[in-house]
Parts: sequence; structure tokens; C-alpha cells
Amino acid sequence: MERIGVYVCHCGTNIAGTVDVEGVARWAESLPGVVVARDYKFMCSSSGQELIEEDIKELGLTRVVVAACSPHMHEPTFRRACERAGLNPYLFEMANIREHCSWTTNDKAAATEKAKAMISGAVRRVALHQPLEPMLAPINPNTLVVGGGIAGIQTALEIADAGHHVYLVEREPSIGGHMAQFDKTFPTLDCSACILTPKMVSVGQHPNITLLSWSEVENVDGYVGSFKARVRKRARYVNEELCTGCGICVEKCPWKVTDDVFEAGFAKRKVIYMPFPQAVPKYPVLDRPNCVYFKKGTCKACQKFCPTGAIDFEQQDQILELEVGNIILATGYDLFDCRRIPQYQYGRLDNVFTSLEFERMSNAAGTTAGRIVLRDGKTEPKSVAIVHCVGSRDENYNPYCSAICCMASLKFAHLVKEKTGAEVYNFYIDIRAYHKGYEEFYHRLLEEGVHFIRGKVAEITDVARLPGEEGKLIVQAEDTLLGKQRRVPVDMVLLAAALEPRRDAKETAKLFGISCSADRWFIEKHPKLDPVATMTEGVFVAGCAQGPKDIPASVVQGAAAAARVLGRIQQREIALEPIRASINQDQCSGCRICNNLCPFNAILFHEDRMVSEVNPALCQGCGTCVAACPAGAIAGTGFSNEQILAQIEGLLLLHIGNGRKVTEAREAVPA
Amino acid sequence: MSEQFEPVIIGFTCNWCSYRAADLAGTARIKYPPNVRLIRLMCSGRLDPTFVLKALASGADGVMITGCHPGECHYLEQNYKAMRRYLLLRRTLEQMGIEPERVKLVWASAAEGVRLAQEITHMVEEIRALGPLHWPTWPDGGSRRLKAEVQPELEEVAA
Repeated sequence: MERIGVYVCHCGTNIAGTVDVEGVARWAESLPGVVVARDYKFMCSSSGQELIEEDIKELGLTRVVVAACSPHMHEPTFRRACERAGLNPYLFEMANIREHCSWTTNDKAAATEKAKAMISGAVRRVALHQPLEPMLAPINPNTLVVGGGIAGIQTALEIADAGHHVYLVEREPSIGGHMAQFDKTFPTLDCSACILTPKMVSVGQHPNITLLSWSEVENVDGYVGSFKARVRKRARYVNEELCTGCGICVEKCPWKVTDDVFEAGFAKRKVIYMPFPQAVPKYPVLDRPNCVYFKKGTCKACQKFCPTGAIDFEQQDQILELEVGNIILATGYDLFDCRRIPQYQYGRLDNVFTSLEFERMSNAAGTTAGRIVLRDGKTEPKSVAIVHCVGSRDENYNPYCSAICCMASLKFAHLVKEKTGAEVYNFYIDIRAYHKGYEEFYHRLLEEGVHFIRGKVAEITDVARLPGEEGKLIVQAEDTLLGKQRRVPVDMVLLAAALEPRRDAKETAKLFGISCSADRWFIEKHPKLDPVATMTEGVFVAGCAQGPKDIPASVVQGAAAAARVLGRIQQREIALEPIRASINQDQCSGCRICNNLCPFNAILFHEDRMVSEVNPALCQGCGTCVAACPAGAIAGTGFSNEQILAQIEGLLLLHIGNGRKVTEAREAVPA
Repeated sequence: MSEQFEPVIIGFTCNWCSYRAADLAGTARIKYPPNVRLIRLMCSGRLDPTFVLKALASGADGVMITGCHPGECHYLEQNYKAMRRYLLLRRTLEQMGIEPERVKLVWASAAEGVRLAQEITHMVEEIRALGPLHWPTWPDGGSRRLKAEVQPELEEVAA
């Protein structure tokens, strides 16, 4: 008979406020096999853990159940406590009476009853636990970083500077991401390119970084420590070994198309192009679908003029197989498509601009050379409206706050004021200026004479109704501070568009085996305490892929993810949960039903002996084969049939305390 | 205290999605009926239909099977296998004379605490409407409700 100890946590009042913890502990003492049951204010505190350790040593406990919070919270804590007292850490089970019980109901009697059921399930289950040893997996020191925006750049540099190799995969021709498109950065107004490009250059020149731009990850196999990633390096039609980045091909290319990516549709680019002059890597890319040579078979102007003969129309996509130990996803965001809000008339009224269009316009390297002008390309606006929260904080589009638009709008207001002297009207719901120097920047704008109107814009129109509105864009909103409708005629409207997850975020999440929130942002392991790890060991997230954030926050998260990965590399190996399937060769009938169920190809069939075998290195422990084996020959470590059946029985132990029925017992529990 | 029937429901959850959805519901203090008791599996694919039958035979009035949304399985595609088994299991239950509505399959991602709580609330109401499960058992098998009712029938058969 096992000697089981049960520990019921009060968690302050988190559990004890709803569950009669003393009563539950007293009751648990009567369960078969239980030699001691205690309740304690905070089991996770060091004195709580010592309580368990002492009992293991003095009472000779062979199994431990802690009824407290979610095992995702404190299972490792209590496993370590068991281990310190000389008990195998897997001879432990947790009953989640906080998240799954006390927090979900106000009915004290019912919560107490449920807690008892959960503990009885755990007690029955733990009696059948087996001592296990964690599996050690070696960590390949190479790291894959996906996405070369500021978060990915920071991550890659941190790891590379620490002396480990990084593969940085970027979908676009150049790294830099959205930050490379911006003009100034709030609240300091440093030039975005001036602070970003040195980092880009460091990435390009770093001996520990393999930069794969114009490339995408197509497939990922394996697990933490030894992932295999297949990367498609798309043909640039430029031989990178010969190209010097002189740009003559771009100059000589006679064809132009609208640049929807870097210039946000605001300018044209050549068919062979570098997205911007400081692009890293410096090699141009030939836009095959638009290339006249590929379409009609003539032209080759680029090839004719290239001084080094680097243009190669025969180049093919390359498939690279990378072996890495950890993966960091820094895939960034997409801008909200303002056309989705028809009453804002973006795309129909010429002088309604998106925030990204404004960034390109205000940027000295952009088509207007930094001049703020209307769509006609010459007229300076005399009045500008900036609409906040376009597509964010709006139940029709995205309920969340995009975090950056308030500050970006303030920056736009400042730039407009500085460059044109125009009157600027900010239409906001709330001003969120919550970081270092942000509130001060807001006050600076107030002093600069920018108008702030608190109200969500209802409509932007060019239909004049009042004198003075002719030829203008009229922004209509309810000023919620004055309690009045206002119509503000302006020359130009800027829409502070929301940040949205990448349109293919779900596919990306699936590719790397992580999950997305309902909004499609990648889910971190813990929203507060583990903001860069994911549920999948060895896959980390950084930057806006995890949720809207500004540049400083992206840099912080990029560096944090790097630190996590470096810690792993330092340890050289990682302990994995020993949850694996194994086949009893004597029981296996060789039916091969399990063989096709495994998506990881972990089950081998020995033709000679007509039995199947699980390769523990490939097995991920899902247990599907265990459930399917008609002979019951497959055992699922940590989740065996016996353990689960025992837990079911325990959970349904309906006659509790002195043989009374549930309903009677319920009435007896003091509310 | 009201005299209404309080069903007991066993819920099988996937470690990667629905178990965390339930954690999230708790953390957000979303209330749902305490009639459901959750068991953690690594994947809905681990669900052996025997577990469901065992739960129903041991006194549960309903079973909720939860897993990642189709296409979002942590183990790539094992939730589809759970779905296949579930569909087959419902037919089996029907043939055994058990209302197939007593077993329900729910997809809930780790972010869907609210949705999981709603599904649980909904299912408790449904099972409450169905009433207690009359699982046929031998009188000495510890049936909690049917002992008295089954006994005479058995005697009749014996006679």
C-alpha cells in the first residue's frame, strides 16, 4: 500500500475563500492510502514546501498530492520539493482546485464538494504513478530567427555577439521591417533609419549570422534542441557572389511598378530593385512576375549593363535544410486595411492617408523628399486631422488597443506642425502615453498648439453643408468633452491604422506548433511571467508577433528571447517530460493500426519480428497510439490507462464522508 | 437548497488548449457550474473511448471531450482522430440505449476561456434536462440510483 500525503493550499483567500480547506483536508485523511492530509496558507512558500519534505522523510510518504493552483503554475515547484526529500518527482500529482474550482464559482458548498472529488481523483491516480527519469535532449547551439524587423535583428545580434550561430530568415528582400519605413521615432524624434541602419549593417557583416533574405521557412520538424527547418531561398536572379550592389541594374531597368510593400503604395519602384538605399543585404531582387524579359522574352537591360555579370535569369529557388536547437519568431504585424471602414473614405477621397503613407511622405528618402503635401504632390495642407484608433478599440474590427497609435499620432502632429505650420486636430478616444518620456511628449504637443478633440470620428466626407466647407474634407465627430457634434473642415486626414497580426499568422503558428489568441497574436507561455516563451519547448516569440508594441518594447522582447535561448545553449542539454509511448513487444500483435496514427513517424514496424516499436526520440507523447491499440500493448508513460481510469473513479466518488450522498453532504458543509 | 437534479460531468481536456482555457477561465474569474470535473490528457487523441464508458459507468451523467480546433492540434492532426472516435462512440452509445447527447465534443483553444465556460454551462443545462443517466448495472456493482429499480427486473429474468 502506498503512503500518500495530501496538502491542501489556502492560497491566501484565493482557495480558502470558496473552499472549506480545513474540512477538505480532514476528509482527505479518510481516503485509502492517505497517511497525512494537511492544509496550509501557502503551499508554494518555502515553509509549505518544507512541510512536504519533512513529511516525506519522517512519515515515509511514497506519494504526494498537492491541491492548489494549476500544474502549469507550480508543478515544477512541488516536484523539486519531492526530489529534495528523496522522492522521485513523478510520484507527485497536483489537483487544480484554484483555476478549475474556487475561482469558477461562488457556491462554497459546491466548490468544496468539487475540490474533494478532484483530490480523490488525484489520490487514486497518484497511487499508480511510476518513478520516471526526465529525458535529456542535447541543444544544438545554432538558432533560427524568423523575421528581420527590429525585434528579430536585436535577437540575432544578441545571440551572435555571445558567440553562437544564428540563421536570420526574412521574407522581404531586405531586413529592417516596418522600422525601416518610418521617418522619426517617438518621443525622442530620432531618425528611425539613423538608429536602425547601423544594426542592420552589423547583422549583414556579423560572422555568426547567416542572413537569408527573400526566403521563407516552409517546414519545421523535430523538437527542442534539434529542430530541422526547411527554408526556401527564392531566386533573386542576381548572383550574390558577383553582385557589388552598385545599383546600375536598378538605374537601367526601364520598367516601373507601384511599390506596395516598402513605399506602402505611395511610390513606384523599378522591376529590379532594392527596397531602399540602405537595404541589407545590398543585392537587388528581380521581381519576376513584373519583369518584361520573363513575360515577353526581350529586354535584359539589367544584364546588359551589369559590370560584373551578376544578373542570372536561370537562377532557381534554393532549398536549405537548417539544423537548429531553438527558434525565435519575430514575424511582426500587418497594418489594418483602412478601406474596411467605408465611412473614413480611404481609397476614395484622395487626401485621406494612412499612417504608413504619412511615414513615407515625411521621410526625407521618400518620394516627396520629406515634404508634407496633398495627393497632388505639391500643395501643402493648411489644416490636418489625425484620426486615432482606426481599426483598434472598435468592436467592429479589433477590440484591442494597438498600443503605438497614440504616440505615433502625436509624432505626426508634431511633424506636420513643424514642417507646414498647419492647424492639427487630433481626434482621440483616450490618449495613452504610458512610457518613459511619452506623457512629456504629449504635453509638449499641447504646448505646440495642437488641437485635441475627444471623440470617435463618425464620418469623413467631402460633401459641404456649411459655409467654409467647400473643397475641404469634413471630419464629423461628437466632442465628448463639450457634448456637441463637431464638423471640422481640413485639407488632409491621417488615419492611425491599427496593428493586426500577419495575415498568415495562423499558418505560421501551425508551422511552428504554437497557438494564436482569438485575435491571432501568438500566445506566450505566461502573459506576465513568461512573455517570450511559448507552449512549445524551444520556440520563442518576440516583437509585434506576440501583440502590438512599440520599438523599445520590441527591442526588450527580442533581447529577452535571446537571453532565454542563450541560457539553453549554455546548459547544453534540456530535461524533457518523460511522457512517451512504448510498446510491449510480447503483447504486440503486429496489426500496424498504430503505425499510421503517428504524425511524427515515431513508430517503426519490424518486418522480421512482426511487431511495432516506438522511437522515444521522435515520440512527442500525445498518446493517440496508446488509445488506439486494440491489444492494449502500448503504454503511455505518465498518462497510463490505469492512471486515468483510477482518476475517473476517484472523481466520481459520490458517496463522500460517512456514506452520505452528495446532496446531503453539501447541506452539511458550512457556507 | 433547490431539489433540482445536479448532473456530474467528466471533462477530458487537452494539455495544450482546453486545459489552459479552463485555467484562463479561472484566472479571469469566469463563473460556470461546478458540476464539471476535468481530467488532463496530453491530447484529445489520447482519449480512449473506454474512458468515456468508464466515466458513464462510474456515475457520470455526461462527458465532455475537448481539444484544439481542427488544424490547430499541438500534435499536428491528432484531434481529427479524436473526432473520428467521438463520432463512432456516439453511434455505439445510441445502440446501447444511452442518449448520444450525453457525450459532447468541444473545440477550445488556449485563449477561449470564455467559450469553454459557456460550453460547460450549456452542457450542464442540457444534461440537467436529460436527467440522470440510467446506466444498467448489476446491483452489487455500486450503481448509485438503480439498485432498487433494477433488482425486481433481474429477479423476473431469473425466474
